[in-house]
Parts: sequence; C-alpha cells; structure tokens
Amino acid sequence: MIDPILTVSDLHTGYDGVPVVFGISLEIMPGELVAIVGANGAGKTTTMRTISGLLRPFRGRITFLGKEISTLPAHQILRLGISYVPEGRRIFGKLSVKKNLYLGAYAQESQTEVKRRMDELLEIFPVLRKRANQRAETLSGGEQQMLAIARGMISKPKLLMLDEMSLGLMPSMVEKMMETITAINRSGATVLLVEQMVQEALEIAHRGYVIQNGQIIQSGQASQLLDSEEVRKAYLGM
Amino acid sequence: METFLQVLIDGILSGMVYALVAAGLCLIWGVMDVINFAHGEYLMVAMYVSYWLGFLVNVDPLVSTIAAGVFIFGLGALTYKLIIRFTIGKPGLVALLATFGLAVFLKNLCMNQFSPNFRILSDTWLGGKTFHIGGIILAVPQLMAAVLALVVVVLLYLLINNTRFGWAVQATAMDRDAAELVGINTERIYILVFGIGGACVGIAGGIMPSYLAVHPEVGSMFGLIAFVCVAMGGFGSIPGAFLSGILVGVVEALAGFYIAPVFKYVAVFGLYLAVVFLRPKGIFGW
Repeated sequence: MIDPILTVSDLHTGYDGVPVVFGISLEIMPGELVAIVGANGAGKTTTMRTISGLLRPFRGRITFLGKEISTLPAHQILRLGISYVPEGRRIFGKLSVKKNLYLGAYAQESQTEVKRRMDELLEIFPVLRKRANQRAETLSGGEQQMLAIARGMISKPKLLMLDEMSLGLMPSMVEKMMETITAINRSGATVLLVEQMVQEALEIAHRGYVIQNGQIIQSGQASQLLDSEEVRKAYLGM
Repeated sequence: METFLQVLIDGILSGMVYALVAAGLCLIWGVMDVINFAHGEYLMVAMYVSYWLGFLVNVDPLVSTIAAGVFIFGLGALTYKLIIRFTIGKPGLVALLATFGLAVFLKNLCMNQFSPNFRILSDTWLGGKTFHIGGIILAVPQLMAAVLALVVVVLLYLLINNTRFGWAVQATAMDRDAAELVGINTERIYILVFGIGGACVGIAGGIMPSYLAVHPEVGSMFGLIAFVCVAMGGFGSIPGAFLSGILVGVVEALAGFYIAPVFKYVAVFGLYLAVVFLRPKGIFGW
C-alpha cells in the first residue's frame, strides 16, 4: 500500500488567535492532482499557509512523508520538498526574472543543477526566457503567474501547492494556466491546487475537497464532485 | 579658486565617511524597516573600541578599525536578537523607541565608564601627515578614512546586488513571507543585516580616532546626519545614501567656510528639507 505524501489531521488554524479553519483533515497521495475548492473566505488559503509553515496551527497534525512538520518554519518545509506558490503571485518585482528563479532555488547547493533546472523550466515557460533580464514587475499578469509557478518548481519539490492561480487572469489565460498545471502533474509532480474557480479546478483534478466556513463539507473523486447537486448549486450556479 | 577647491575636497572626504555611516543605516532601514536610533551610538562605541586598543595596546586605528567593525557587527546582531526581533510586526514606533532606549543606554554607559572627557589618540601612523597637490593640502588620516569608506560602500553594493546572499536580502526586504517560501531563512538574514549594517558604522568609527576626539556625545550628530542621508538618498538605496553623504559633506564644508561654522548644519538640514519637499521618495527612491 502506498503511503500518503501529505496528511493533515484535525487541523485548527487562523490568525492572531482567531480561528478560521476548524478540524480539517485531508490526504494527498504521490502523483495526484488534488483540488481544494470553496468560496472566498472559506479557509482554503489559511489551510495552505499553515501547511507551508507561514502560520502555526492552533491544534492538529501535519505530516509530510511521515515527518511531522506542524511547527517547522516555512524555509525548512521548502527544504523538505513542499513548495507553496501563494495567492497574489508574490514575485520579487524589483528583481529580474532570472534572479527570481535563482532565488526559487536558494536552498539548492549545486549551481550546475540549478542552471540545468532553469533551462528545463524555460523550455516549459518560453516567455520567461525572452524576459529573463527584465524586472519581474514589468511582466503581464499571466507572465507573472508563470514566473511564480516556475519559481515554485525550480527547487524540484515533491509537492507543489498552488493557491488561486487563476485570480486576476482573463479566461483564455486561465485555460492556459490549467493546461500548464495538468502538464506539470503529468510530468510526475504531486500538485495541491486551491481555487475559487470550482469547475475549472475540478475538471483537471483527480480528487477534490470542498471547504465551507473552515470545514470540509464534501470530498471525493473530482468527477463525482462535479456531478454533486450540492456543489453544482453552491458553486457552479446550476 | 584654490580655497574653494580645498573646502570642496575637505567636504567630499568627510562626506564619504558620512556615506559609509549612512550605508549601514540604509541597509537596516531598507531591509527591516527598522529605524535604528542607536546607529550614531554604534559609531561612538566603535570609536572607543579603536581608542582603547590604541591607548592600551598601541594598535593603530588603521588596524583596529577591523576590530571595531567586527565588534559592532556583534553588537548589531546582539541588538537584533535581544531587542529588535521582539518588535517585528509591531507598529514602527515600538522599534524606534526601543532603539532610542538603547542609544540612551550606550551613551550613558560610556559616560559612566569613560567620563564625558574628549580623548584623542596621539602618535598614530597617519596622525598629522599631509600631502600637497598644487596648493591643496590633503590630510592623510581623513583621506585614508574616505578611501576606506569608499571601498566598504562599493563592497557592500556588490554584496547586495551581485551575490545570491544579496538577492536574498533584497527579497526579504520586498516580501518576508515570499522569501521564506523560497527557502530563505529570513531570521538569519535579519541578524546578518543588522550585523553588517553595524559593521559599516563600526569600520567608520574605528578609523576616526586618528583625527577626531572620542567622547560619549560624538555619535549623535553622525547618527542624525546618517538619517538625513538615507532619507535624502531614497529608502533602501545604497547609491542614494552614498551620493547624499557626499552632498551633505560638501554642503556642510561650504556653508561652514563661506557663511559661518555655526550655520553649517542649518545648510545641511535646509538641503534635506528641500530634497524631501521636491522629491519625497528621495533622490534614488523607488
């Protein structure tokens, strides 16, 4: 039997002592593309921030590859193999595209490996090659999103967590982004995707979790969730 | 004309030292958004380190400036660990008042231990030496301090702009959470930045006893001028702080000579007001 790559058990978390997430539990298996969907303010990003180490959980347990990571700082969690691409891109705007990518591999000791990995990523995101020496803040929204993903991938994470990648992008760009995420997953990366665009996320995911008011209200195969009456009514307006 | 050139060069030389003091502050302010009110007192402590090394074991300021830099690096790192880290994420006034308290503490500690007396090192390697270019007289201690300041500021600039560590420092300044997410230990960056910022002012203070008297109040005006240089140069800009330092040195020297010595700081702060009025983000501000 294959063990989960990430296990979250009874997670309670929030900001400055104010709880936002109440007892979430989830599992991600190696090679999966899992979506966490829900409305704005449901607790999706708070969950991701806690897994990545930016927030300390109030209660509960997070294990990654069998190791407890609940109290580790974010930079150590990245070194274990979880890369979190946060909502709002959060690229280093005043640095060049290339420097952003180098920083994505800050934990990587071998510079030869970093260069090889950068070449691989510039093949996946050719637009970034053209803009390599440009300040990141001068890129378009879609290009910035590509950069954020590439920066998250350069450390070759075992689990890539993507938060609201579609936010602020035009529909054609969202489609392209979803294709890119699918390709990343097919190349062998385990992906945890958080999205407000429920339909688009569930269409590419293997499994999904639906969060509402800080609790998981449904989970299962993505196709089942797409067919669920409750999900269709609440999130797809059908 | 010769007099003008002499005053101008004197201004540039002292301006370079201001620039080094300001570069250290600029790094701390730019990265951590912490206004370190004790920066001038770091300079004063560095001067005492250099003075006592010279007085007690006969080490020349040219050598003890390194010891002073290392000492203030440690003091800066310690300040972060014991004081500043508890103020991160709190309103800016908390760090400002905490470092103001540290400044008062350091000043009074030195007053208590070393008395308010002015102390000057005699018989230094460079003391009293001059050389002449045409009719211009260059004081070697000041010239050496300026050259040292220039070298350190250039090295600091290269460190911040051309190395992975420097990019990590800039990334931490832009977005601490995002920096953590790419694997940067931002806590370590903060300690090192506070230390390096301290080392800059430590090196500046370390060489000064070869031409300037040491006393517990000596750092106050340097600290204030460093704030002016950083604000004038633009928040977080090392080239801006450098240029402003030289500008301040030149204005101070020209006003002191051509108007009256008592007016030199009036001119400096007048220039500061004019710059921030015309360009609130400073000369090189983002």
